[in-house]
Amino acid sequence: MQLAKVIGDVVVTRKDENLTGVKLLVLQPIAADGSKIGRTLVAVDAAGAGVGETVFFVRGKEASFPFHPTEVPADAGIVGIVDHWDLG
Amino acid sequence: MQLARVVGTVVATQKHPKFEGAKLLLVQPTTVDDQPQGVPLLAVDSVGAGVHEKVLIVIEGRAAGEALGRKGAPVDAAIIGIVDQVDVKE
Repeated sequence: MQLAKVIGDVVVTRKDENLTGVKLLVLQPIAADGSKIGRTLVAVDAAGAGVGETVFFVRGKEASFPFHPTEVPADAGIVGIVDHWDLG
Repeated sequence: MQLARVVGTVVATQKHPKFEGAKLLLVQPTTVDDQPQGVPLLAVDSVGAGVHEKVLIVIEGRAAGEALGRKGAPVDAAIIGIVDQVDVKE
């Protein structure tokens, strides 16, 4: 999993039927110090996240697991909203 | 998933049987502000996308196979939606 900031959302009307009702958000992955790192991506939301929040997300087929048994065609998914994190 | 722009179509007569009837498009991944990012790739299309359209692509084998509706298909990318709008707040 990786930390990211939710920076936007995507509206997609014509889509794979298994994406119906699934929220799509734009993520900017962030480093442990909160700085931007890597490319932005679009993720399905399984945690009720919104724009401006810090979240953690999972990559790969596992992104669709929260929607089981619906086979959502996803390769990235938000699985938690981060309250805070500390560096030791 | 990645935002991308459809830049072309691909015709291939000789191919794996799982590709039979599947539409293959050439897509250029883009940033949220529509700038090309990385190299173009081939994606199967199951939503009826066309050249010049902005789309959402999944780059993962099993998810792409599901989008195509064929399990075990030797694919690694699929178009899963046509993008109407992207709102980025920062």
